[in-house]
Amino acid sequence: MFKKNTLSSNKEIKWCPSCGNYSILKQVQVILPEIGILKENIVFVSGIGCSSRFPYYINNFGLHGIHGRAPSIGTGIKLANPKLSVWIITGDGDSFSIGGNHIIHLFRRNINMNVLLFNNEIYGLTKGQYSPTSRLGLITKSSNIGTIDPPFNTLSLALGAGASFVARSMDKYPKHLREILLKASLHNGTSFIEIYQNCNIFNDKAFNIFKEKKDHTIFLHHKKPLIFGDKNQWGIRLDGLQPEIVSLDSSMDLWIHDEKDRTKAGLLARFFDDYFVHNKFPRPFGILYRKDLPTYDSLFHEHISFKENIFKRLELILKGNDTWEIK
Amino acid sequence: MKKLSKTFEPLEEITILFAGDSGDGMQLVGSQFTKTSSFIGNDVSTFTEFPAEIRAPTGFLSGISGFQINFGSVEISFPGDCYDVLVVLNASALKKIYSIFKKKGIIIINTSGFSLNNLKKAGYQDSFNLLKEISAYTLYPIDILMHTENTNIGKYKNITKNMFALGFVYWLFKRTLVYTECFLKKNLKKNPTLLKANLIVLRAGFNFGKKSSTKILKIKSAIFPSGNYRNIKGNQAIVLGLSAASVQAQIGLFYAGYPITPASDILHHFSKYKNLGVKSFQAEDEIAAITSAIGASFAGSLGVSGTSGPGMALKQEGIGLAFMLELPLVIINVQRGGPSTGLPTKIEQSDLFQSIYGRNGETPMPVLAPHSPSHAFEMAFQAAKISIEHMTPVILLSDIYIANGSEIWRFPNLSQLDSIYPPFANKKNFLPYERNERAVRNWGFPGMAFSEHCIGGLEKENKTGNVSYDPKNHEKMISLRKIKMDFIQDRLPLQTIDSGVRPGKILLLSWGSTYGIIRGTMKTLIKEKKRVAHSHIDYLSPLPQGLETLFQDYKKVIVFELNGGQLIHIIRDKFLVDVVSFYKIQGRPFTTSEIITEVYRLLTIT
Repeated sequence: MFKKNTLSSNKEIKWCPSCGNYSILKQVQVILPEIGILKENIVFVSGIGCSSRFPYYINNFGLHGIHGRAPSIGTGIKLANPKLSVWIITGDGDSFSIGGNHIIHLFRRNINMNVLLFNNEIYGLTKGQYSPTSRLGLITKSSNIGTIDPPFNTLSLALGAGASFVARSMDKYPKHLREILLKASLHNGTSFIEIYQNCNIFNDKAFNIFKEKKDHTIFLHHKKPLIFGDKNQWGIRLDGLQPEIVSLDSSMDLWIHDEKDRTKAGLLARFFDDYFVHNKFPRPFGILYRKDLPTYDSLFHEHISFKENIFKRLELILKGNDTWEIK
Repeated sequence: MKKLSKTFEPLEEITILFAGDSGDGMQLVGSQFTKTSSFIGNDVSTFTEFPAEIRAPTGFLSGISGFQINFGSVEISFPGDCYDVLVVLNASALKKIYSIFKKKGIIIINTSGFSLNNLKKAGYQDSFNLLKEISAYTLYPIDILMHTENTNIGKYKNITKNMFALGFVYWLFKRTLVYTECFLKKNLKKNPTLLKANLIVLRAGFNFGKKSSTKILKIKSAIFPSGNYRNIKGNQAIVLGLSAASVQAQIGLFYAGYPITPASDILHHFSKYKNLGVKSFQAEDEIAAITSAIGASFAGSLGVSGTSGPGMALKQEGIGLAFMLELPLVIINVQRGGPSTGLPTKIEQSDLFQSIYGRNGETPMPVLAPHSPSHAFEMAFQAAKISIEHMTPVILLSDIYIANGSEIWRFPNLSQLDSIYPPFANKKNFLPYERNERAVRNWGFPGMAFSEHCIGGLEKENKTGNVSYDPKNHEKMISLRKIKMDFIQDRLPLQTIDSGVRPGKILLLSWGSTYGIIRGTMKTLIKEKKRVAHSHIDYLSPLPQGLETLFQDYKKVIVFELNGGQLIHIIRDKFLVDVVSFYKIQGRPFTTSEIITEVYRLLTIT
């Protein structure tokens, strides 16, 4: 429908060289022409931070808002005009620290929007303080002996708040990221994608392990068994609600991924915690959970009518129920 | 001032107060008396006061709920301050009111609410002699509970006490019962026995009056200009004004609010107008409310968010963003007592500085203040019109007196409403910050092809809207945003006097809901041929033209405010005139006598 170059803006990009944001910007530019929505009906909304400069670098409508409030601004845009395709661009500090209240309510309401969380586990634009997703013990400018507050498990939090599409990808997986972005754009409801994004200045290589070590990473595919490892030699099995890693040759009944199963999605999201406690489960990438649930925006508009006789209706409302005339 | 005549001579105006426990149904009685009085042709102004707690402990001072009505055959501009008739259902109600107001008048007392226990709860000493205490009044002691019991309505004897009192008061003023009977029949349809009990007791109260030797008080109808009338409360008027503006501008209206006293009613009313295309959204907090409204404005609707003082503080960053983006947005602040949580159900005008100066950076923006419940319609409409036509956020500064007060309103026909012209983008080579001859930028929004753009809170380059850190550009943009206020000032009505003489000795200056009491007091001052005048400011920022020449026509200017003195600083700052301040910050409005005393004092030294 559109050529890619009509979507990239002519503005000078001010991210640091080699920042993970470049890859994400590129993948978004690639998929936008494929989602079947007119250019003028696409809106990017952001808060504050490195990631939130994103809307300037793309040639659609964009609103660079205030810190943490992109989900609320997006809510207003979507409720004012439900035809628009709204994309929230946010970072880990923006959405899970200062904007924590808005993101959980967005998930709960399930408004048809896409949320792209650029998670680099650090504050970049303010130059290197720890964020609510920084791993425990990280030494930063504001934690000189290491952080003492445990990080949020973002996907668990999203599931707990009622999100209907929860996925994870990474700047260094361009093809995977494009796939997830496309699926998110098609989902009717709030689509939440956590994108691991490398900040090569303040938290370099935070996610390298998931690129370099295959036994730390697992890719989820709907209706497919959970298999990982450099030779695909490991599988994951469920013993009741306890996941366990098994070698593939010995395993009989592997865990078959089901995107619609919220309980299992919860277990997958918690591999995160166990990874740090036991350092044994691989980090899941892909769609953990996806289900069609009623959206706030469609229910909201069910009773709104903005049609004929609007002047007549206004007249009746001004008049009210108890009126009298004086001649 | 008002005098209560004991003869049958018609009176010009009467102030009556119904007071009882918050569960006694005083609000219902008050609103019924108001409606009946309006329908038979009196001018009416009311105010309600209730405790912040939903069901405060019964019988105590903290749980008293009151409904006050000033009605008459002359223009009524405020809810009254001295009561001619008190209807008190228990001892606490009497104590609460009695300690504030003393006046020769009629007290109707429900004796069953004055048991020893009741007197104790009200904090009266054992030695207290009620009859001696109120000997200066005409007292009607009625054992209401005994009377309701006598009507054989069984279990409803307690909850219908208010209807007995209402019936008696209707008789006292020789009012018809028919409007209240209709109301009861309509609203209690589903509970026929309760309906019957209410109707019986209402009639019993009326008949009790008839049989007693009570003298009837007469109030003639007022003379109104021809037109269609209704009663209206301030919050409701704001909702109607903004809804009408969105229809006139042919754009959507999106209201986002978070529950807060005394602004919640705005959210309640907006949620009723879905069939007008009005969208109302209960946000998760004050910040989400303002930012979702900004989102709606960015998407081509009129975003509106309402709140009270503490919520306003939370919204200020968002208001700054709307100012920077130059989007239409109306922010309603229904003021209450501050600072912090302050006095949530009491009147105060202390958010003026917050409205005018409350944001970071150079952010001049319009602030409008309605002066009465019905005037809130006009001010809300004008706030929306200025906001849309000048692409700027506008603050509508109301207060609890306007929100919870009601008065008679001659509502307009659609043909009487102003047109509103949104400055929609209409060119192919759209630049977001290109301006028209009034320094207003064009409004291009999502869905409009060829006007794609990205804007934000960062300083932007003139015309293109690209992010810019250029020093000269910043100064230019600051001045361009400021100039918009001059163009807004050009369209405001010239400031004149509301009543009194010009030139004269003293000019009384006011803003917001103090309008009514000062207008009412002016009647007395004019009658006594004092060389004074009253001027009321509806547009607080930018201030209208004409103020300077007005000030020159008086020896002294005095500003009346329910705060620690705020407008006075703005006036001194803008005009370098030595205005004096008369302020009160007690959670209560001015009284006529306070104003008169102060004006007399000034007259003797001027």
